[in-house]
Amino acid sequence: MLAKLKRQKSYHLMLVPGVILTFIFSYLPFYGLIIAFQDYNPGMGFQSPWAGMENFQHVFNQPNFLRTIWNTLYMSFFKIALGIVVPVFFALLLNEVARSLFKRTFQTLVYIPNFLSWVIMAGILIDILGSDGFVNTLLGVFGIEPVSFLGSPSIFPWTMIVTDVWKGFGFGTVVYLAALTSIDPGLYEAALIDGANRWKQTIYITLPLLAPTIVLMSVLSLGNVLNAGFDQIFNLYSPVVYETGDIIDTYVYRLGIQQAQYSIATAVGLFKSVVSCIMVALSYVLANKVAGYRIF
Amino acid sequence: MAYENSTGRKLFHAFNYTFLLLTSLLCVLPFVNLLAVSFSGSAAVSAGDVAFWPVDFTTSAYEFALEGGDFLQSLWISVQRVAIGTIVNLVLMVLTAYPLSKTKDKVSGRNIYMLFFVITMLFNGGLIPSYLIVVKTGLIDSIWSLILPGALPVFSMIILMNFLRGLPEEIEESATIDGAGAMQILVRILLPLLKPALATVGLFSIVGHWNSWFDGIIYMNNTSNYPLQSYLQTLLLSFEQLMMKAGRDYTQLLAMMNVRTGRAAQLFLAAIPIMLIYPFLQKYFTSGLVLGSVKG
Repeated sequence: MLAKLKRQKSYHLMLVPGVILTFIFSYLPFYGLIIAFQDYNPGMGFQSPWAGMENFQHVFNQPNFLRTIWNTLYMSFFKIALGIVVPVFFALLLNEVARSLFKRTFQTLVYIPNFLSWVIMAGILIDILGSDGFVNTLLGVFGIEPVSFLGSPSIFPWTMIVTDVWKGFGFGTVVYLAALTSIDPGLYEAALIDGANRWKQTIYITLPLLAPTIVLMSVLSLGNVLNAGFDQIFNLYSPVVYETGDIIDTYVYRLGIQQAQYSIATAVGLFKSVVSCIMVALSYVLANKVAGYRIF
Repeated sequence: MAYENSTGRKLFHAFNYTFLLLTSLLCVLPFVNLLAVSFSGSAAVSAGDVAFWPVDFTTSAYEFALEGGDFLQSLWISVQRVAIGTIVNLVLMVLTAYPLSKTKDKVSGRNIYMLFFVITMLFNGGLIPSYLIVVKTGLIDSIWSLILPGALPVFSMIILMNFLRGLPEEIEESATIDGAGAMQILVRILLPLLKPALATVGLFSIVGHWNSWFDGIIYMNNTSNYPLQSYLQTLLLSFEQLMMKAGRDYTQLLAMMNVRTGRAAQLFLAAIPIMLIYPFLQKYFTSGLVLGSVKG
């Protein structure tokens, strides 16, 4: 009995450092959220005067803010959709490659950008997409006028969507390829005897068996609908493209860190956190229901 | 396999290989272009003559990076950050995952602890409250502001926890009978068995710390405390200022390198460590995914 108590005590002691640090850096900020309902003044700290819902009213009356919500949803929708379609398509094609050396090489090459930070990727994109960069030089060879990929409001969101898919699709490919290799080869042999060609096999065997993984990945990305990619956009945007490129996170950054409007920025952040939390919780519930996936 | 030799199938393979090859190249050629630009003369780069091979080969952009001081200084900060940050992450993850891998009969309040950590994955206080907490704890301008707020990565901790749950219970039971305490069991017996899982989550931490740039920007007031990626982020906007600051004759410097070659060299240097550990990343990131989805 005594030994058991001692053991219990050591378990709890082990948990102490993690609990304390998580409390300070994750739970105290929850308390800090009260400044969304205050008129925050750095001198008075959390004892600043109350403002009720004024900050929220103020921000929701800003046309700029409504614009950022639309931009966020627009870009994240296409990033999520293409972020599923492209890797599935690529994995299916890769799966047709019989030689494992080629298969591995292709997979290795497309997976690289995934591990580099958006700062490095942005640096590369700024260089190759610039007016005298590689892409425009190449377009010039075909007699096409230089395109302002990062400076034109109508093109900018699609530059973000395409480059995001470009950076991330290698990861999805690896996931889907793993699912494809676990499909029982006996099914294909049976189909072949029944006279199904490769295309029919893909439609009637591969896709249905891949569906749970696709559903799972889609459901898990639900939590990201309000994350249109701060790291990417912050490093590539500029005031000329705010109209179509400004997202909730970049708006909060400019408002909070650059203009020190702490209360309003926190109000926007709180709005985003609440919506995201609902989406993430929903995605976990759905992932469990649909695909039996549990992370805890 | 008459089918494999049909004309249609051969045609498909030809298209498929071409497509996969082109897509793979699309993921790698930007880096090759970056490398070529970094070793090219400034005039050739400005003229758009550089594609995938250096023109007017020179190493002056690299010399500039390595003698400038700022690059090396931020590199050193990043090295420290990765080393300390990863160790802190690993220690806290192990200490937390072990008690949580027990049932609630063995560790009273286990499910409450678990909920305490999982909530932080679903909901966060957002940018401004987190920033204010770091200000209040006095960590601004200290390397600990980059390490402590993310000291316990919950997702990785859950991966470890699931791995621990998969180990046979008999291992621990026999040690308990021999009179070993919980801490002894963890360090002497479980830690060696945890190696593959630790490699996975350790790599997550290394890449995470190496690639982080935003916390450096907001938590460091003094730019001389910037880690490498934060420093590179500022370069995206102001490489010219850096060149002017270098003290050497600016026009003389400009003859040898320009903003694009200089920036390319520094971006490439920052990507090297990731390329070096890439083989391990490829191996363990996929297995990490599998580990993460072990049912709890």
